[in-house]
Amino acid sequence: MTFLNFLISGISLGSIYAIIALGYTMVYGIAKMLNFAHGDVIMVGAYICFYAVSRFSLPPLAGVVLAMLVCTVLGMLVERLAYKPLRAAPSLAVLITAIGVSYFLQNTALLLWSSNPKVFPSVVGNGKIEMFGGQLTISHVTIVTIAACVIIMLALTWFTGNTRMGKAMRACSEDKGAAQLMGINVNATISMTFAIGSGLAAIAGVLLCSAYPTLVPTTGSMPGIKAFTAAVFGGIGSIPGALLGGLLLGVIEIFAKAYISTQLSDAVVFAVLIVVLLVKPAGLLGKQIHEKV
Amino acid sequence: MKKKFACLAMAMIMVLSLAACGGKEEAPSSGSESGAAAFMLGGTGPLTGGAAIYGNAAKNGAQIAVDEINAMGGIQFELKYEDDTHDPEKAVNAYNALKDWGMQISLGSVTSKPCEATAAETYADRIFALTPSASSTATTEGKDNMFQMCFMDPNQGSASAQYIADKTLGTKIAIIWKNDDVYSKGIHDTFTAKAAELGLEIVSDTTFADGNDTDFSVQLSDAQKAGADLVFLPMYYQPASLIFAQASNMGYAPKWFGVDGMDGILTMEGFDAALAEGVMLLTPFNADSDDEATKAFVAEYQKRFNEIPNQFAADGYDCVYAYKQALEAAGATPDMSAEELCGLMIEQFTSMTFNGLTGDGMTWDASGAVSKSPKGMVIENGAYVGLD
Repeated sequence: MTFLNFLISGISLGSIYAIIALGYTMVYGIAKMLNFAHGDVIMVGAYICFYAVSRFSLPPLAGVVLAMLVCTVLGMLVERLAYKPLRAAPSLAVLITAIGVSYFLQNTALLLWSSNPKVFPSVVGNGKIEMFGGQLTISHVTIVTIAACVIIMLALTWFTGNTRMGKAMRACSEDKGAAQLMGINVNATISMTFAIGSGLAAIAGVLLCSAYPTLVPTTGSMPGIKAFTAAVFGGIGSIPGALLGGLLLGVIEIFAKAYISTQLSDAVVFAVLIVVLLVKPAGLLGKQIHEKV
Repeated sequence: MKKKFACLAMAMIMVLSLAACGGKEEAPSSGSESGAAAFMLGGTGPLTGGAAIYGNAAKNGAQIAVDEINAMGGIQFELKYEDDTHDPEKAVNAYNALKDWGMQISLGSVTSKPCEATAAETYADRIFALTPSASSTATTEGKDNMFQMCFMDPNQGSASAQYIADKTLGTKIAIIWKNDDVYSKGIHDTFTAKAAELGLEIVSDTTFADGNDTDFSVQLSDAQKAGADLVFLPMYYQPASLIFAQASNMGYAPKWFGVDGMDGILTMEGFDAALAEGVMLLTPFNADSDDEATKAFVAEYQKRFNEIPNQFAADGYDCVYAYKQALEAAGATPDMSAEELCGLMIEQFTSMTFNGLTGDGMTWDASGAVSKSPKGMVIENGAYVGLD
């Protein structure tokens, strides 16, 4: 029974990583860049929702929608101002810009909202489902998060596979130059990718803070890094891979804490990552791409 | 991966934090006209970043004390705080900036790791330093001119164990601590040593670190399975608030015992105070105290900064008053060099007795550690109440 309880804790932690990883992998898969500011967009989304719900007493759902709108605009703005001018620059320059944006967002949040931690009111409520006479408990947040992950994963897979915009995105991800020659507006497509990724970040932020309710300007950064790891673990660029990677990472982390050592849990998590990448360099579900010479 | 590139992004933060300071810079303290001779008092602390709550509190507390003292006439101070963002490297830069400014006596740094770095500098430069709140042993170790206003971490750990044993608060004890934090580890180590001496049984000893400080289900179920009736939490209040929420979800309700880092949990916006009901802690300062001086300080702090001062603010305030007392007793004048003042201050601090907001009859030994008795507090109906 303890084992099952740990499994559930692992899944609830993993589902949070997964939902963040979906945004990472989406942007990476299409724009081929690591948006390290993703974790901070999550934080902004959580703050917007926090203020909407606790200061302006909007219903939680309205708070989530507002957070998504703000984050979508923010994501497009960041893309327009920080990443678009670097479209032709080496990827290292873009990577460093992303880190700069990440710090910029954190420090702006510090100025706007101060470093005093805030306790986030769960948008899902604090309910839980009890089984086996209360020996096993699953919180509603976990169920909602997993459901959200699956829905987002299916929606994204459908979107990139079946819509015009989705096909344009895939074309851009394969070859930007060729896509442009085929009449695809590459800039608009990448902008759209960021809009979707940032909208997802808002949902992730709200769910992250509903599950683990303290909110500070650095709330997004560590989960962001873990989610990035999860995305690499599952195969970066692969949408189902992000879900799988996130869940596995959460479960491994909790099991490592429970059965090996609370001190070494992160070391174990990253050791597993290294082993997986040695065996499967593209990640669990990643596609091995052979460069044509 | 991000850390690798962090240094490259540093330039950006620096620009930002400078901009941040520029915006918030307060008017120069009222009493010190440019002509009047004042002691140049400097300190570093995290004014931005994740630990900014502590740096700003200490700075604000010290500023109130400086303004009060300057208004009295007599000894005059000029206070300058530089931002170190809780980073040892930046603390040294901030310290150098203060030295260029002409600092004669120092308030060290607010947090432990940066203070260990600046303490080495003040020791080499023979500038006397009194830190409001850097509590690690390494801060003062081997430095004759580095003093602390707060308890040293080890003292907090052993005092907590002693308190728990004296009041028989629990027999089976669990500890959850943060193993990448010198503050938490210092308290943990002396707590376990003292507990062994006193015959307290520690049944569960688990850790967390930066990066996995959100999910505590494993640590809590370990404590619960071991039958712990008291859980000791040597940590800051932010992870503690998550621990309380998760324990309540699990239906686990042991007695909770915290340290001074727990101070502030009730002022967290949106925190359900019912979760912290019955939490006990040892802390030197209580904003709800009936003491006249404390009440005046709390009122002034609220008027200026619109929040209730925490222990760090009181420590900052006490530091400036302790300096005033020592400088007066030594007959020091602002035209003395930092080195002369250093000698005088070492002499004064090791011999004087100081009454402040954070304790009566404080004394310092030659190592720089303060001796004062902590007060036991318990949270009842969303407020701190004295235990004794």
